[in-house]
Amino acid sequence: MAEASLGGHAAAVETTTGLDHRKMVMWAFLGSECLFFGSLISTYLVYRNRSLTGPFPQDTFDIPYTSVSSFVLLMSSLTMVLALAAIQRGNVRGMRTWLVATGLLGSVFLGGQVYEFTTFIAHGLSLSRNLFGTTFFVLTGFHGAHVTVGVVILFSLFLNSLRGKLTRENSLVVELAGLYWHFVDVVWVVIFTVVYLLPY
Amino acid sequence: MQTDVAGTAKARAKERAHPHPMEYVKVAIVLAIITGAEVAVYYQEALRSVLVPILLVLSASKFSLVAMFYMHLKFDSRLFSALFTGPLALIIAVLVALLALFHRVLLGV
Amino acid sequence: MATAEHAATTHQPDRRRYEGIWSWIFTVDHKKIGVMYGVTAVCFFLIGGIEALLIRSQLMFPNGKVVSPDQFNELFTMHGTTMIFLALMPLSVAFFNIVVPLQIGARDVAFPRLNAFSYWVYLFGGLLLNASYLFGGAPNAGWFGYANLTEVPYNHSSYGIDFWILGLQILGVSSMAGAFNFLVTIINARAPGMTFMRMPLFTWMTLVTSFLLILAFPVITVALVELMFDRLFATNFFNPAAGAEPILWQHLFWLFGHPEVYILILPAMGIISDVLPTFARKPLFGYPVVAYSGVAIAFMSWGVWAHHMFSAGLGPVANAVFSVTTMLIAVPTGIKIFNWIGTLWGGSINFKTPLLFALGFIAMFTIGGLSGVMLASPPADWLENDTYFVVAHIHYVLFGGTIFGLFAGIYYWFPKVTGRLLDERLGQIHFWLMLIGMNVTFAGMHVLGMEGMPRRIATYPPGMGWDTWNFIATIGAFTIAVGMLVFIYNFFASVRHGQVAGPDPWDGRTLEWSIPSPPPPYNFARIPIVRARDPFWVQKYGDAGHGHGRVVPMPVAGGAHDAEEARADEHGEGIHMPDPSYYPIVAALGLAVMLAGVILTNLILGNPPGTQPAWPPSWVAFVGLVVFLYGIYGWALEPVSGHSS
Repeated sequence: MAEASLGGHAAAVETTTGLDHRKMVMWAFLGSECLFFGSLISTYLVYRNRSLTGPFPQDTFDIPYTSVSSFVLLMSSLTMVLALAAIQRGNVRGMRTWLVATGLLGSVFLGGQVYEFTTFIAHGLSLSRNLFGTTFFVLTGFHGAHVTVGVVILFSLFLNSLRGKLTRENSLVVELAGLYWHFVDVVWVVIFTVVYLLPY
Repeated sequence: MQTDVAGTAKARAKERAHPHPMEYVKVAIVLAIITGAEVAVYYQEALRSVLVPILLVLSASKFSLVAMFYMHLKFDSRLFSALFTGPLALIIAVLVALLALFHRVLLGV
Repeated sequence: MATAEHAATTHQPDRRRYEGIWSWIFTVDHKKIGVMYGVTAVCFFLIGGIEALLIRSQLMFPNGKVVSPDQFNELFTMHGTTMIFLALMPLSVAFFNIVVPLQIGARDVAFPRLNAFSYWVYLFGGLLLNASYLFGGAPNAGWFGYANLTEVPYNHSSYGIDFWILGLQILGVSSMAGAFNFLVTIINARAPGMTFMRMPLFTWMTLVTSFLLILAFPVITVALVELMFDRLFATNFFNPAAGAEPILWQHLFWLFGHPEVYILILPAMGIISDVLPTFARKPLFGYPVVAYSGVAIAFMSWGVWAHHMFSAGLGPVANAVFSVTTMLIAVPTGIKIFNWIGTLWGGSINFKTPLLFALGFIAMFTIGGLSGVMLASPPADWLENDTYFVVAHIHYVLFGGTIFGLFAGIYYWFPKVTGRLLDERLGQIHFWLMLIGMNVTFAGMHVLGMEGMPRRIATYPPGMGWDTWNFIATIGAFTIAVGMLVFIYNFFASVRHGQVAGPDPWDGRTLEWSIPSPPPPYNFARIPIVRARDPFWVQKYGDAGHGHGRVVPMPVAGGAHDAEEARADEHGEGIHMPDPSYYPIVAALGLAVMLAGVILTNLILGNPPGTQPAWPPSWVAFVGLVVFLYGIYGWALEPVSGHSS
């Protein structure tokens, strides 16, 4: 069973289901990530409204602000899928443009997170301050770490495409990066709702 | 699950049935509208009592749209959907159980 | 593509061949990786066994003075953690590695480098965990590490708990990497004609176990992250003073922990399901039912976790619910046992060592299952929990179950791996010593538990009525040790001088017996076409006794795969196997060092244990990160060109 490298040639190895090994493993990985984020979200929800001292969520959150940054991340999914559509039609330059757009939007989201967190910290919230600080920062922190890894992956793909290594034939790697990116976005959809929007 | 060339070709053809890029933009517009609706509902005092179910439904819709169209699950092999929705269903069930165990909601205890 | 590759490499010298130990360190061959897993796992099993012997020596007499109470806590913690994570699970993975590709007619797993990576991560994780002994003390809060006993205010005399968190997180990466690999391999790399219902049961159970692994480990990852953050960064996940509930740890841990025990038993059940038909010369009775029972067990394992928490005060409704689900999960398990008995019934029994261990499995696991059902009743559990009754239960199912199953597998597949048989007489001696030793050790513990002896106590006073059974248990433990010595001697003697086995020493039923022993690097010179369950038996004797066969459409000739097959001759010339690679071990090393650099920051910087916040991480973490990134990027960008075998 020849194993094609991620960046190298993507020979279609005969498989029992006709599906690519790497795509299958990515979906299995995303399934396991549901358990990972789900457990962190479960912890957050179990401890919701259980902080004994402030700052409390209702005094801390800036819903309009976070709505905007959530929207930014959501739109980055659009640019990501447009990057994939481009390379699947053989349009390498188009893919590069959309990859950069996705990375930029993701970075804007991250920057927005950093600003939001520093504001919260300035208002007295911290990892160790109370139960809200603990569960909030760890949940959103791990999500942010996943976004960061995604940005690094996108940047790596961009560099690789400059070396001419990304073509229509091996576009699977862009598709896999896209699946990861969309998943991270979808996790934020859940977090934004259950952490920010559910009333306290 | 047997290997046969016809099935393999069919699987690959199905994978290649991509929406046109404009379809993706349309999905993005719908996502934006739903996000706007979420924020709007959040500020409606009149809807406070049904806020939680509405928000859950709206965010589930966004989740499904991204999964089905951007992640292409609607057009791909059902195995991929199973690999993703199975664990998702599991963790939702676990979450409900944990909420019940901690908040004693639904148990009447 | 294969054509171009073949032409390009045929006349080049082998660019990436290594000799000696390097051929092991850089291997991506599943058979070599499996051997490394197996040898390493047996070594850790012996370490865990020594820890057990020290425990039993301490408890042999009342008011024992062999070890101090603190040392005793470290011993039972490390014994449990080592046996579960460093011995039993990796030994199962050794078999996944060696056997599954052979059983499904594949040349390798889906991701050979990921396979190598998962082994090296396991080795480094196991070494790091045991390094705790050298750096001030091993973990001491039990293999289940209940919060908030593991929190800094209650546990800061050593870095033991930090080592425990580190070790388990690293091992989790290893387990999950392996599971992803086998999941995809079994779904996607089966030989033509091998439908799911024609797979050997061991492969079936490997598939089910792989799903359990990828779903259960993220939960304990989160629990360990939360504990780690509490210890290192003073978060409040398990801090009652901040409004948290330490019982959350128990829920998260057992949400992982119960699927984990099925992860421990299902592979052994798979081995038994392959061994019994071979040594009864009869097909597995009720094959679909056995397979589906395994799937049912996996599903149901998610609904029973709080039976580990009956005495934690969840309330009568919760207790009742989990009691019912726990009793229900005994049903598919019992179904399997009846099917195994049905397999033996009327068979032509060949009493070789693999079968002896399989029979021992059925008997001992049944006993363990019965005590388990007793524990499923909350009122009974309130008397039995945290007593030696539970110790008896877990060792009957894990020792009498898993370990016996794994030894059945060792005796069964050793000839395939080495080309030689393990000595049969020594094998029988080993079996009887283990069977007798095991029962002498653990049978009396049922009584000890009923008589009120708690678990995890370093000493007990005389006059409690516990002296006799403790003494007997220690005798049993040393009997087991003697049995292990016999096995080790047998192993080394047989590797060198054992009777030559040939490809099919047991008149086997499944595909692994259709190729030479040991197998060539490419496993199958020609990928087999599978037309029935027990395909090799059918090939030899025409019918497996399953009755009607179903016609399966065969692949049309043509395509890269078949072109390669056509060129490959009987000796496998021209078959491409993936090149060895050093990126897996580099990435594994980087990962282990990076995580150690974060979690052991206090140790590395010379701060007392529990100093908070342990931030920023030590410089070691950044070195690890650089090495890890180098390994990952190298791996991703490495061209995988095959070389001719």
